[in-house]
Amino acid sequence: MANLPILLDYWPSMFGMRARVALREKGVEFEYREEDFSNKSALLLQSNPIHKKIPVLIHNGKPVCESLNVVQYVDEAWPEKNPFFPSDPYGRAQARFWADFVDKKFADAQFKIWGKKGEEQEAGKKEFIEAVKILEAELGDKPYFGGDSFGYVDISLITFSSWFQAYEKFGNFSIESESPKLIAWAKRCMEKESVSKSLPDSEKIVAYAAEYRKNNL
Amino acid sequence: MADEVLLLDFWPSMFGMRTRIALEEKNVKFDYREQDLWNKSPILLEMNPVHKKIPVLIHNGKPVCESLIQVEYIDEVWPSKTPLLPSDPYQRAHAKFWGDFIDKKVYASARLIWGAKGEEQEAGKKEFIEILKTLESELGDKTYFGGETFGYVDIALIGFSSWFKAYEKFGDFSIEVECPKLIAWAKRCVKRESVAKSLPGSEKITKFVPELKKKLGIE
Repeated sequence: MANLPILLDYWPSMFGMRARVALREKGVEFEYREEDFSNKSALLLQSNPIHKKIPVLIHNGKPVCESLNVVQYVDEAWPEKNPFFPSDPYGRAQARFWADFVDKKFADAQFKIWGKKGEEQEAGKKEFIEAVKILEAELGDKPYFGGDSFGYVDISLITFSSWFQAYEKFGNFSIESESPKLIAWAKRCMEKESVSKSLPDSEKIVAYAAEYRKNNL
Repeated sequence: MADEVLLLDFWPSMFGMRTRIALEEKNVKFDYREQDLWNKSPILLEMNPVHKKIPVLIHNGKPVCESLIQVEYIDEVWPSKTPLLPSDPYQRAHAKFWGDFIDKKVYASARLIWGAKGEEQEAGKKEFIEILKTLESELGDKTYFGGETFGYVDIALIGFSSWFKAYEKFGDFSIEVECPKLIAWAKRCVKRESVAKSLPGSEKITKFVPELKKKLGIE
């Protein structure tokens, strides 16, 4: 009997959430294991010795690390249901470009909003709004970044929506007024069970961010 | 209908080198267009408005940006020659992990070797050597990172080897002493025509570094 894939994760991580969404999109049952960063499990350290980070997907005993890598792997290992990418190479390259943009620009900027204060936070907010506008332009009038179907870029970005309330609270701004289309897109994605089951409540995230700020700033 | 392939590039860029190598590996004819990064051309700004960076691969008028994404794209569009990525999902994920590691770690630490001084430079040097040792350990006794065949991870890393002499000069150390297996791997790779055609000479890079520092406003 095959063992279930194991996901080493951390509940507030928008990177971990990507892996959860991907597995659920494919209807794959998996064992979720919460990691304690102050006491990393032997399995985590063994499976990701280079970065020692989550998420790590362990499938058939073999680890896959880095969230976008995990999403691509899940798509390839379970190819029959809900493909995350279009079939044409150019469309695939575009999807990879935009997920990479989320990682390079959006992710760094959002951290500064809840994880920093003063000038750094202000700079982060500015970068975040810039990135949001670029993403909104890319989305255009499509229901999803992938077009008619929810796909790779949607998965790479939607997980941050669980943190929107935290950004708005600590950054003191409204994401909806900056980008109503992005908020509409996020609501559309949240209607999918794979997404709603994988993202924690916004209030829980706000409390988590508040605790982080109290302890670190 | 013939494919039209343009590459907007900058000759010392180890990222641009990746795309050159991938195209050469597939015997794809392309039009190489040198860019002036301090006076960016309209075509560069139009084809990569988001990052305004090279390399940009323009295939039949449509741009593909980011070097590793280009390598994967090239592998998919021209599948008839030797594949650059394995077909097994786990091995692909493994290759991409190392490509990502190289992207995240190598350039940043190396830049401190030629671009910084004193403590910062020493710290960069130390980190760089550690990163190379990690890569060397991943290579192990294999001919290439992918095993017997030259592929994605080799392509991700080999461009940096054209900068090795520059790092050694400005950092005052020997990479061969620290990582002999990696140097041996680099020598193997450079024997491939695709690599030899795509990498500039080490001396040219070493001569270029002071000019680059001046352009970047670093003393």
